[in-house]
Amino acid sequence: MQDPFISFEKVSKSFGTFNVVDELYLSISRGEFVSMLGPSGSGKTTILMMLAGFEKPTSGKIFVGGRQVDALPPHKRNMGVVFQNYALFPHMSVAENVGFPLKMRRMPRAEADGRIKRALDMVQLGTMSERRPSQLSGGQQQRVALARALVFEPEVVLMDEPLGALDKKLREQMQLDIRELHRRLGLTIIFVTHDQGEALTMSDRIAVFNHGKIEQIGKPSEIYDHPTTRFVAEFVGETNLIMGTIKQSGDGRAIIQLPSGSTLEASAPNLNAGTQVSLSIRPERIRSGKAQAPANILSGTVRDVVYHGDHLQLLLDADGHQLLVRSDRAVKAPEAGQKMDFSFAPEDCWVVAQ
Amino acid sequence: MKDDRKRSWLVSLALVAPLVLFLVFFFAAPLYTMVSAAISDPIGARALPHTSAIIERWDGTSPPSPEMQTAFAEDLRAIDDDQLFGDLVRRLNSAKSGFRTLMPKTRNAVKADPAANDLVAIDERWSDPAFWQPVKTATASTITDRNLLAAVDLERSTAGDIQEMPEGSSANRATLIRTFVVSLSVTLACLLIGLPYAMIAASVDGWKRQLLLGAVLLPLWTSLLVRTAAWFILLQDNGLINSSLTALGLINSPLPLIFNRAGVIIAMTHVLLPFMVLPIFSVLIGIPKNLMPAAASLGAPPLRAFWNVLLPMSTRGIVSGSLLVFMSALGYYITPALIGGARDQMISSVIAYYATGAANWGMAGALGLVLLVATLILYTVYLRLSGEEQAKR
Amino acid sequence: MKLLISSLIACSALIGGTLTTQARDLTVVSWGGNYQDAQKKIYFEPFAKETGKPLLDESWDGGYGVLQAKVKAGSPNWDAVQVESEELALGCADGIYEPIDWSKLGGKEAYLPAAVSDCGVGAIVWSTGIGYDGDKLKEGPKSWADFWDVQKFPGKRGLRKGAKYSLEFALMADGVAPADVYKVLGTPEGVDRAFKKLDEIKPHMVWWEAGAQPLQLLSSGEVVMTSAYNGRITGINRSEGKHFNFVFPQSIYAIDSWVILKGSENKDAAMDFIAFAGKPENQSKLPEYVAYGLPNLEAAKMVDAKFQPELPTTPANLENAIPLNADFWTDNSEELTQRFNAWLAQ
Repeated sequence: MQDPFISFEKVSKSFGTFNVVDELYLSISRGEFVSMLGPSGSGKTTILMMLAGFEKPTSGKIFVGGRQVDALPPHKRNMGVVFQNYALFPHMSVAENVGFPLKMRRMPRAEADGRIKRALDMVQLGTMSERRPSQLSGGQQQRVALARALVFEPEVVLMDEPLGALDKKLREQMQLDIRELHRRLGLTIIFVTHDQGEALTMSDRIAVFNHGKIEQIGKPSEIYDHPTTRFVAEFVGETNLIMGTIKQSGDGRAIIQLPSGSTLEASAPNLNAGTQVSLSIRPERIRSGKAQAPANILSGTVRDVVYHGDHLQLLLDADGHQLLVRSDRAVKAPEAGQKMDFSFAPEDCWVVAQ
Repeated sequence: MKDDRKRSWLVSLALVAPLVLFLVFFFAAPLYTMVSAAISDPIGARALPHTSAIIERWDGTSPPSPEMQTAFAEDLRAIDDDQLFGDLVRRLNSAKSGFRTLMPKTRNAVKADPAANDLVAIDERWSDPAFWQPVKTATASTITDRNLLAAVDLERSTAGDIQEMPEGSSANRATLIRTFVVSLSVTLACLLIGLPYAMIAASVDGWKRQLLLGAVLLPLWTSLLVRTAAWFILLQDNGLINSSLTALGLINSPLPLIFNRAGVIIAMTHVLLPFMVLPIFSVLIGIPKNLMPAAASLGAPPLRAFWNVLLPMSTRGIVSGSLLVFMSALGYYITPALIGGARDQMISSVIAYYATGAANWGMAGALGLVLLVATLILYTVYLRLSGEEQAKR
Repeated sequence: MKLLISSLIACSALIGGTLTTQARDLTVVSWGGNYQDAQKKIYFEPFAKETGKPLLDESWDGGYGVLQAKVKAGSPNWDAVQVESEELALGCADGIYEPIDWSKLGGKEAYLPAAVSDCGVGAIVWSTGIGYDGDKLKEGPKSWADFWDVQKFPGKRGLRKGAKYSLEFALMADGVAPADVYKVLGTPEGVDRAFKKLDEIKPHMVWWEAGAQPLQLLSSGEVVMTSAYNGRITGINRSEGKHFNFVFPQSIYAIDSWVILKGSENKDAAMDFIAFAGKPENQSKLPEYVAYGLPNLEAAKMVDAKFQPELPTTPANLENAIPLNADFWTDNSEELTQRFNAWLAQ
């Protein structure tokens, strides 16, 4: 890994006795798109605010481009920030909003006008420059905020749940737009969200936060497919958790005994026999019917079938567990009450820390 | 279908009826009364019909003719209504001092003797044309510009031309200008204190905000006299402020803080501050919390962020606060009277004198009207200026 | 349409309802403060007890326009009102008061001549004169000439902000004999002379407006002497142990009177009340509370000797004092007030 562009070194932030961020270490490379994912109160927004300079760390250091910034006031940090509710200035036109950072930098009028135009064209709002923010739709306002945060070519762009107020369709469009911009301009983007789908779609890396700490950081596929903790497994996507005890383990595999007595094979680090563990299996990794070994095979009763359009969700009672299974529409739909077998591969089933 | 529409129209009419009645009773009617009191002058013509017809031909300077005196005596005999007579006396006396005593004396004399038509014999003063001129003007027309002119220190000469009143006889214009100057000063003082105050109050929360708002509302809950007495204790020569400044060695002789303009502005600012703070505060708390951080993140240092974002966005509160303070300040007169000096009298105290002291409703109405018109002109100028400001953007 | 009409009716009923009330109690209006507290004890409460009917008391700050407006509006909501002499004179001329039934009051000769009028009965006699703090000034001023003498008595002075009294005092300071003051003031030259004399002390003046202010000014030392009301001076001496002096020579006394507003629905009860308040045995209790002179001759005689030196009606205090000329002021108030305001503003 190259030298980190942004790094947090043992950064803590507490309000009174409450630790919002707890001894955080985090390194981000230039040009990276990092999402901070977590439930509200997990400290992800506070980290963003500390990076932007609106909050001061209680302890620890923050570096950007090799320079320690945590004593720098926000207006000297040269970071573009996109706020949750856009934070557009209602008394200024779209062009004035976008021109604001340039005006603050005392850029000559002609140059500024050119930049404003380019920035607005980039977000396809070139024709709206004379309107007031209140005359724009939510998505358009969001794009103005984006243009405003990018027009002064900041080194880092921070986004605090920028798409939270948009409807689903628009949100998805904007996700693609932002990713496209990121690639085109080579920006370093730190993106705070509580929407795991958004984080998975857009990021180079995702940091999952819980109680002021990073639970897991990694590529979207690592986070989704190989959650290391139960919290990550449950927070990112849907999952089935099965409790059991290690019977034996080694070579990245483990045999786990379930309370019912049956055993399953799963991917796992080396663990002592007798350790209580949880197994995480994604619903879409479970197939109906018996598969060829090596596979774990369970049988159970269909309790409910939920229609989702492109797929069905089955609710199964099996071995004292309730399991979610995603059923392909290509397969004939089972009916409630029907007994059936299903299977999953040991690679798709992960032992996670309790 | 048509009936439905008519019905709903009637329903909405019924719903706004209380509002319309309210406006008529408390806005239109008083305004109408004020205007008509200022310009109507029906007493002379009503009480002195004969005199009115004859005095028309009088040139205004020659000695009063016997016909005029006879007509006047007949009119006086014919007045049965004491209140009408009282109004007539007041009307004439406000144009020329002396009628208050002259009229009852004359009336009693002509009533006692139906043949007594030589008024000069009853009282010397009737030989003076100066006492007949008011009679002529009072009976000439039922509307008059006399009060309106007097409200701005003007009068009509005997020839009917508008001219300045003799110097030193009236100071309404000076008082009016002073009223505006004092009100403007108070508005400015309120703005200078109220804007940062409201910003602080809007930026804190919980008990601190309650405390700040409570403190600014306090003067509204205390009685005027208690407040004035408190200012007296604070501002007088050996009062709290002066004695502590002297004790600190900052001043050698007491600052003149009371019985002058400074005292008036301090005391009025104190009372009117809530009218500035509250509108600004309510606009400020409506401004999204993230705009100032947004400005900072875009590179605006705190002062520029304030100037470019917070200030323009609180304009609405500042404008309504300033208007509220200015308009209320225009009507203040008790505080200036008690705390001010000789040159701090406001126009409202003159209006109050005419209304309750002298029962001269015409002058009271005229001064009120002049005040209203001057205020409206200022307001229009202000609107024009702020409109241009908007257009420039 | 029905809805419109009924809502209009509801509105007017609402407005009307607040205006029309059933038979009003006798309402007596006076000057408020500790004077009215005293009146409550010696007049209002005993009278209500005697007649067995409630008596409502209110206070006002004076102003002829207030009374005129009430009477002109028809059926005034006040009955007996205590007024100053100008209000009495003006209202009498305008006919806004009911005539007084002197037979109920024991005849006109039972009262000071100045307290007798066809439409009012004198209630108190009070003086305006020089007040000063005896603790601060051992050798106090004795005349208005002293008041004007800023060499002999350095310091600021207080006068009531108004033409009335200020002009009279100025003339006396200029050497006009008290008895001639209104004769001189009746001429334009006299008025000029008074304003010219006022010019002399204008830089040393503090102008007061409310009756409590001169006491404050004296207490704080803001002024060395001020015009003041005798009742207030005695009052603060009694209540706060001050040693303020009031100079009776060259003071101006005035009579406040009871009047009954024309068209009062309780005019008989009001007349009875005025008679009750005029009875010597009732009126003579007043000086114990407030140092006002009594217009009822019999009552004045019944007052305890220890209160006599404080009262404007005591013969020694009347020497060299003059009565306020209400007629002069009804004639000239507007013009002189206007001129006084202009003079102040210069």
